[in-house]
Amino acid sequence: MSDRVVLKVGPALAAATKAGIEPYGAKPRRVLSGRNIMLYGTLTLAALYYLLPLYVMVVTSMKGMPEIRLGNIFSPPLEVTFEPWAKAWASACTGLNCDGLSRGFWNSVRITIPSTLISILVASVNGYALANWKFKGADVFFTILIVGAFIPYQVMIYPIVIVLREMGIYGTLTGLVIVHTIFGMPILTLLFRNYFSSLPEELFKAARIDGAGFWQIYFRIMLPMSLPIFVVAMILQITGIWNDFLFGVVFTRPEYYPMTVQLNNIVNSVQGVKEYNVNMAATLLTGAVPLIVYFVSGRLFVRGIAAGAVKG
Amino acid sequence: MQKSVSIKDLSLSFGAVNVLENLNLDIGDGEFLVLLGSSGCGKSTLLNCIAGLLEPTGGQIFIKNKNVTWEEPKDRGIGMVFQSYALYPQMTVEKNLSFGLQVAKMPRPEIEKRIARAAEILQIGPLLKRKPSELSGGQRQRVAIGRALVRDVDVFLFDEPLSNLDAKLRSELRVEIKRLHQSLKNTMIYVTHDQIEALTLADRIAIMKSGVIQQLADPNTIYNEPRNMFVAGFIGSPSMNFLRGEIAERGGKPVFLVNGVDFSLDGYKAAERLQPGRKVVLGVRPEHVKVNEEAAGAETHQATVDIEEPMGADNLLWLKHAGHTMSVRVGGARRFAPGTAVTLSFDMGLASLFDAGTEERI
Repeated sequence: MSDRVVLKVGPALAAATKAGIEPYGAKPRRVLSGRNIMLYGTLTLAALYYLLPLYVMVVTSMKGMPEIRLGNIFSPPLEVTFEPWAKAWASACTGLNCDGLSRGFWNSVRITIPSTLISILVASVNGYALANWKFKGADVFFTILIVGAFIPYQVMIYPIVIVLREMGIYGTLTGLVIVHTIFGMPILTLLFRNYFSSLPEELFKAARIDGAGFWQIYFRIMLPMSLPIFVVAMILQITGIWNDFLFGVVFTRPEYYPMTVQLNNIVNSVQGVKEYNVNMAATLLTGAVPLIVYFVSGRLFVRGIAAGAVKG
Repeated sequence: MQKSVSIKDLSLSFGAVNVLENLNLDIGDGEFLVLLGSSGCGKSTLLNCIAGLLEPTGGQIFIKNKNVTWEEPKDRGIGMVFQSYALYPQMTVEKNLSFGLQVAKMPRPEIEKRIARAAEILQIGPLLKRKPSELSGGQRQRVAIGRALVRDVDVFLFDEPLSNLDAKLRSELRVEIKRLHQSLKNTMIYVTHDQIEALTLADRIAIMKSGVIQQLADPNTIYNEPRNMFVAGFIGSPSMNFLRGEIAERGGKPVFLVNGVDFSLDGYKAAERLQPGRKVVLGVRPEHVKVNEEAAGAETHQATVDIEEPMGADNLLWLKHAGHTMSVRVGGARRFAPGTAVTLSFDMGLASLFDAGTEERI
């Protein structure tokens, strides 16, 4: 009689009861269920899809040219060599000169650091002012800034070239830093404004009652509370500016070309044999900085993205 | 009475929405004034205007007879306590207390003296080195009060300071705020939507609705002689019973007539102003109705118990009477089963009559 009642409840439960196990606590789950196979299968496929090219690059960059000519692109190197890396860094030719990527690396550093710092500094103050000091026309100003983010870069390139030329800084690093700072402004201001709006308004009011002014509130109340969003802004800017190609090639002279432009020149220069291993090494070197930035600050990045999520 | 805070014709509008309109209010020196109202009535807005955190669109604000309408918050001689405590999260309690004084460039020894005094008054001495995240809600609010205290201000502003606390802490801190007021004798303006806080703390209560002060009086007057139906219904829990009817005449005396049942108006203070035929609303508080053996006097009414709600100290009955449902409060020991017939009598001396059209007290 009791068996029949149990059968109605469900086969799993019935089986458990038949085996003499009284259901208690967490329900046992099968590891190899259809759901798990689907889930992990899809994830593994997606991961492979993205990781395979990276694997090919790393492997190829550590092979010598004779080995590459064998055509087994997936096989690991028989003889590991770091010569392609050394060549990519120090002596690969970019058409005119043959001192490798190192020059481009230092150019990129000299472009990225000031651009990142200046744009974050200005945008955070902008965002703070927009979020907390509701001045007349603040909303209009903000809207204009955001619309600016949607205008295609191509439209603005030629006018900016003229403006920079008139200012006498066309082709210099200063000019490129200014361009990067300006183009980072809409998205960064939005990011900071949303973050500061999400902080309790009463904190700001309390600070005003305590007599703190615009800069005192910014430096002593707001800044210490905003580390995650600063990390997010930094990652966005460092990776964005480091990976930039268009502005780098348009607004600078060859001796100031950033790493990405040099990479392109190395890979595309057609002199004799194509050195795939050097090209791969050069690409990995160029991508190393954003990659390291992500690894080092990944956790803070996720936290900050959640905090600065687009809101009102 | 010496005026501490004085508000003249204050208006504030956000675009087309008028939050406050020509509001006038005088607050005496050392007075505890409570601004009471449901959310959106403008009470917090008014407080923010007094604090200088919102700019009024019209009118003037005086604090200690000084026109502060255009002054910065710090120059107004006010301290403010917020609902969310608003403690600076990255600073210790001590830094929280000293921040405002440091900004004002006060000498170090004086800052320490003031912090020590505030810590003693509020009993937060052992917490001074902690961060706000390591404090309980009650401790946080105490620190927030301390932050207003160290500034040694004339006027304390409280914006729903107890609303984030649980019921037990709320009643404890309520008593502490009252004690604080008794010892400091500062002017305090306190915004709340909680009528118990208002009735227990206030010297005077200003009940607000849609940016207008409905009644400004001491708690006793507000409770017993509400000026209109809004005030009558807002104060008191459970709220006042309203019976809609009209005035009739019986033997040369006005009576209240509802669904064919007469209520003698003997004892009502303004009985001579009641013309027969006038549409009125009779307001009776649940505790002003007497039941069965307590019911006495010339006139009694019959009713049936519908629902009984025991609350421990007392017992709330929902009765059916003359086509109305009305609530009556009796002692906790007196129990009535649903369906029981009871005898009632009303104390007209404690009742309120309102005009049915204007809803104003007669």
